[in-house]
Amino acid sequence: MSRTGIAIKPAAQKTASRRSSDSILEVLLYIWAALVLLITLYPLYFIVIASFSDPSAVGNGQVWFYPKGFTLDGYKELLNHSNIWIGYKNTILYTAVGTLIGLAVNLSAAYALSRKDLFGRRAITLFFIFTMFFNGGLIPTFLTIRDFGLYDTFLVMVLPFAVGVFDIIVARTFFQNSIPPDLWEAAQIDGCGNIRYYVQVVLPLSKAIISVLALWIAVGHWNSYFNALIYLKDKELYPLQLILRNILITNQMQSSMGTGEAAEIAMRLANMLRYSVIIVSTLPIMCIYPFVQKYFNQGVMIGAVKQ
Amino acid sequence: MGRIGRNWGLYVLLLPAVVLLFCFTYIPMYGVMIAFKDYNPVMGISGSPWVGFKHFERFFHSYQFELTIKNTLFISLYSFATFPIPIVFALFVNQMRQNWFRRFFQTVTYMPHFISTVVLVGLMLILLSPGNGLIGNLYRLFGAEAPNLMGSAGLFSSVYVWSDVWQQTGWNSIIFLAALSAVDPSLYEAAKADGASRWQNIWHIDIPMLMPTAITLLILRVGGLLGVGFEKVYLMQNNLNITGSEVISTYVYKVGLLSAQYSFSSAVNLFNTVVNFILLILVNRISRRYSEQSLW
Repeated sequence: MSRTGIAIKPAAQKTASRRSSDSILEVLLYIWAALVLLITLYPLYFIVIASFSDPSAVGNGQVWFYPKGFTLDGYKELLNHSNIWIGYKNTILYTAVGTLIGLAVNLSAAYALSRKDLFGRRAITLFFIFTMFFNGGLIPTFLTIRDFGLYDTFLVMVLPFAVGVFDIIVARTFFQNSIPPDLWEAAQIDGCGNIRYYVQVVLPLSKAIISVLALWIAVGHWNSYFNALIYLKDKELYPLQLILRNILITNQMQSSMGTGEAAEIAMRLANMLRYSVIIVSTLPIMCIYPFVQKYFNQGVMIGAVKQ
Repeated sequence: MGRIGRNWGLYVLLLPAVVLLFCFTYIPMYGVMIAFKDYNPVMGISGSPWVGFKHFERFFHSYQFELTIKNTLFISLYSFATFPIPIVFALFVNQMRQNWFRRFFQTVTYMPHFISTVVLVGLMLILLSPGNGLIGNLYRLFGAEAPNLMGSAGLFSSVYVWSDVWQQTGWNSIIFLAALSAVDPSLYEAAKADGASRWQNIWHIDIPMLMPTAITLLILRVGGLLGVGFEKVYLMQNNLNITGSEVISTYVYKVGLLSAQYSFSSAVNLFNTVVNFILLILVNRISRRYSEQSLW
């Protein structure tokens, strides 16, 4: 009896002290989480309500929690800008074609590298990895692309930078860990070749990694402006982000405007356009990503496992 | 040869990636030699005359040298200092017990990662404008004058780094969360049996478990120390903050493409790459000696 008494007493004390420190942790945790949510969401929410508000009310600091002087002028102004829609169309094309090319190139390379019976595997892997740490830099790359005749073409946006070494490493690790090698042996006995095996057996089993890579690559294309800035000259080929840069950052709209009252109205519209264009250009991704989010942890975890 | 022949299909699968990398990454590496030449478009890369280290010397002696190196290093070290934030973030998220809340929290905090750099900088210009932005209004509410965050050379690095923290902390925590979810649950059970509090769990189980991942990422970060990204800096740059915002990559772009000094720009870029490469090798070696963690 006395032995159990002694044994229970310190344990009970520990439980009590653990509970109080744990509940402090709990409270702090949720205060912290609320602050983080506020800091993350409020700026985004503000843009949404500002896009529906009278710009002078926004400028005067009257807009805090809901739109003031409700108006859709910003969105109407959006419809008048044909270059935004050209940009939109181009970006959709670049994203669709670029994602398909990227997936095809990276997944197949990753699969080949995942096979232990690939002769020269180490050397080929090194050939890929080396480019993560060393590259020719801006000018030699620019000259090369120009010499290939790709400057100012559709292809320059989808082809030269399609290889993502990091994506390949992540996908390779996925194939190594989740496609049992026995499957290949069985398929081989049935007379199945490598390419047919890859297309008909490996790919259908790899939906998780395909979705994660597709999202990564698609978001990359949707958001990229650097390559367009450097390799495109023709305005008809400009992607949305380059048009956005002109509207949001370099203020090209205002400089082309007259003076006086007309200029004031134009300024007003330009300001409203900024809010609505941010929303219209960012909304597609915000709608898609939560559906793929469940694969993120899985995808990253697979990639983080050391070779 | 037989070993290759048996698996020829695999080489076909590899071919597109190898060809693309060869054409657009390895050929430009060969083109790096124009840093040691006076590149002349008519004579091409191989035909242009050698000039040795002329362009490097010009860079080292230019007044831009000190400024760009100083800015690049400072911004880099500044953002390097925020490295632990995603780790702390992951430790906290890992403590959340309500699954629905945790999922909601993650969905929201990953969101900024998907905003493009152009839109992010556009957002900053709108929100941080001292005249009619959110910051301006906030200061006015308290009767104060807002600082011009986007137009100040001294504040540039802070705006750059903290907007990055805002945008990327949630996303960067994923890898640490993944590492935490791999922790053997029996460790927590053992700790519970010993009467450990949740603070003690964090301190004695979670943090040690994160160290290998953290060190690997830290080494990679050091390798990019002189590699402050072009995109965001270039978009945030204006005449008012230029002395605080000119970094090596923006300088390379300006002298290279905008004023067509191909050889000089390549020399600056090569200097940058080589310094990064040396740093990476050094840190990897140090890490291998003291923590048995290394990239290779």
